[in-house]
Amino acid sequence: MIEIRNLSKTFSSENGETEVLKNISLTVRDGEIYGIIGASGAGKSTLVRCLNMLERPTAGAVFIDGEDVGALRGAALRLARKKAAMIFQDFNLLMQRTCLKNVCLPLELSGVGRAEAKKRAAELLDRVGLADKADAYPARLSGGQRQRVAIARALACDPKILLCDEPTSALDPQTAKAILKLIRDINRSTGITVVMITHQMSAAEEICDRVAILDGGAVAEEGSVDEVFSRPRSAAAKKLVFPELSESGGESGTKGSLIRAVFHGASATDSPLIATLAMEKHIAVSILSASVRNIGDKVYGNMLLSVPDRESAEETLRYLRSVPDVSAEEVTDNV
Amino acid sequence: MFNLLAPGNLFSAEAWADAWEIVLSEFPAAIWDTLWVTFLSTLFAFVIGLPLGILLACGDRDGIIPLPRWLKALLGFLINILRSVPFTILMIVVLPLSRAIVGTTVGTTASVVPLVVAAFPFVARVVESSVREVNPNLVEAAESMGATPFQIVVKVLIPESVPSLISNVALTLTNVLGYTAMSGAIGGDGLGRIAYNYGYIRYQSPVLLLSVLLLILLVQVIQSLGSFLSARFDRRLKRPVGGRRKKRAAAGE
Ligand SMILES: Nc1ncnc2c1ncn2[C@@H]1O[C@H](COP(=O)(O)OP(=O)(O)OP(=O)(O)O)[C@@H](O)[C@H]1O
Ligand SMILES: [Mg+2]
Repeated sequence: MIEIRNLSKTFSSENGETEVLKNISLTVRDGEIYGIIGASGAGKSTLVRCLNMLERPTAGAVFIDGEDVGALRGAALRLARKKAAMIFQDFNLLMQRTCLKNVCLPLELSGVGRAEAKKRAAELLDRVGLADKADAYPARLSGGQRQRVAIARALACDPKILLCDEPTSALDPQTAKAILKLIRDINRSTGITVVMITHQMSAAEEICDRVAILDGGAVAEEGSVDEVFSRPRSAAAKKLVFPELSESGGESGTKGSLIRAVFHGASATDSPLIATLAMEKHIAVSILSASVRNIGDKVYGNMLLSVPDRESAEETLRYLRSVPDVSAEEVTDNV
Repeated sequence: MFNLLAPGNLFSAEAWADAWEIVLSEFPAAIWDTLWVTFLSTLFAFVIGLPLGILLACGDRDGIIPLPRWLKALLGFLINILRSVPFTILMIVVLPLSRAIVGTTVGTTASVVPLVVAAFPFVARVVESSVREVNPNLVEAAESMGATPFQIVVKVLIPESVPSLISNVALTLTNVLGYTAMSGAIGGDGLGRIAYNYGYIRYQSPVLLLSVLLLILLVQVIQSLGSFLSARFDRRLKRPVGGRRKKRAAAGE
């Protein structure tokens, strides 16, 4: 279990101080995949680097399995770091080592013998599907393959935690999906706890169990993926979950009222909502945007509707709320 | 007055015949001495300069081997001083040191001492820049794996800068080669001394010309070899240079 308690980080430089993380408290349970989502500059990387003390927090503490990591120094800290392996956006493989030797590196650092290290590294490369690239140098691999090598390397010393700093941001969507699937498979088969930083909602909803939304260095919202993605409460979360809606909402916010309807579960998709509104209530709604996403095995849809006036807005809301598995709310301007 | 282009000298068949005699009798040993002194001095210069350069590169306050600020400043200062003294002066100043270390101030072995003193500060600086070129994210990745500072130096910084280090070895060799020619004037054996003795003292321009040409050739060879090896060992390249791989690729691998 990872417990982050009241963690703050302030960088000070010649031109003043910047508070990058503000009083963050989070708990990551054993064996789950925990997503930390936020826009660029929100402080995600800084937060994850505080977990293994690559960056020292200005205030607050990080406990891993009850141990205060910030209090560790020297050999004890290095040992703690070996239990929390890390993968990066730009892979950070040693370019002058073959893939096999890259995977050997953490083992060498731990004093594992050459032959044994090679054997274990070969197994791990096989696990990530790159057995045939053992003797290739990273320069000759694609981005996806490099991240696989990095994952194999991270797993070399049997860590309990895998810290991922935007592992798929440098990859095309299809490759990203494959990498995420690999991470989930490893999580399922080994029970490793995964902390995944990302700015892509798609990456988070693909594999995370729970997520925290980071905004301007503070936690805006935390909860299960279902919760946060179907009913985002904070403005930051809404912006991330409905990026297309917030754009169109901004444009047409001048005329009539805006209503967002969120569907969760399949039953909602069976009802002809818009047709009913038009025919029975005589309200002409227009759809500004709509999207459907699959989270886990459930279907989530959301729509941004525009109605002509306040009265019909009330009526529309009433009607939508009466339909099972649909929630609706009036939105003002952006999100 | 000494004149390289004196016609009676450069265009006389007799002078060239004499020169050829000297080439045959003295050049082989001179080339050997020059190369031996050059390589030996460069080796010692790296033995001292490599760790120094690594310290300079890693000794920043947020580096992996943080040095006290005064120590780092002192190191940098000493290196700058040594680098700014012209070699002709340095080799005279260092004479007592040569006597103390190798027991004599003349001959091949003695000339190694000033060469090392002149070359190690240079090596420290080029090593520093090689090591600073290494992607800092790699250092951070190694830190996240729980590597010690020593392990980071040995497993990450040095191996990752090998191509650049090889170029810098070649660069140092050519520099030292140039210095050996100067140390010929105070008794170091080699091509420099032949050029000096025959060409300058005895007005034998053909010998001077030939030894200079030979020095130029040596510099060229070392430089090309350095560039080749540097590229050959650079695994960042998508298309490997030379060696087994290239032949395999050519054979339609
Ligand atoms: N060493 C540092 N010194 C000063 N400021 C820093 C330092 N590291 C990060 N910052 C600042 O902290 C803020 C958050 O940086 P961080 O890298 O954590 O963001 P991020 O959420 O990971 O963004 P991205 O998605 O672009 O990677 C940025 O405004 C950045 O300028
Ligand atoms: Mg980041």
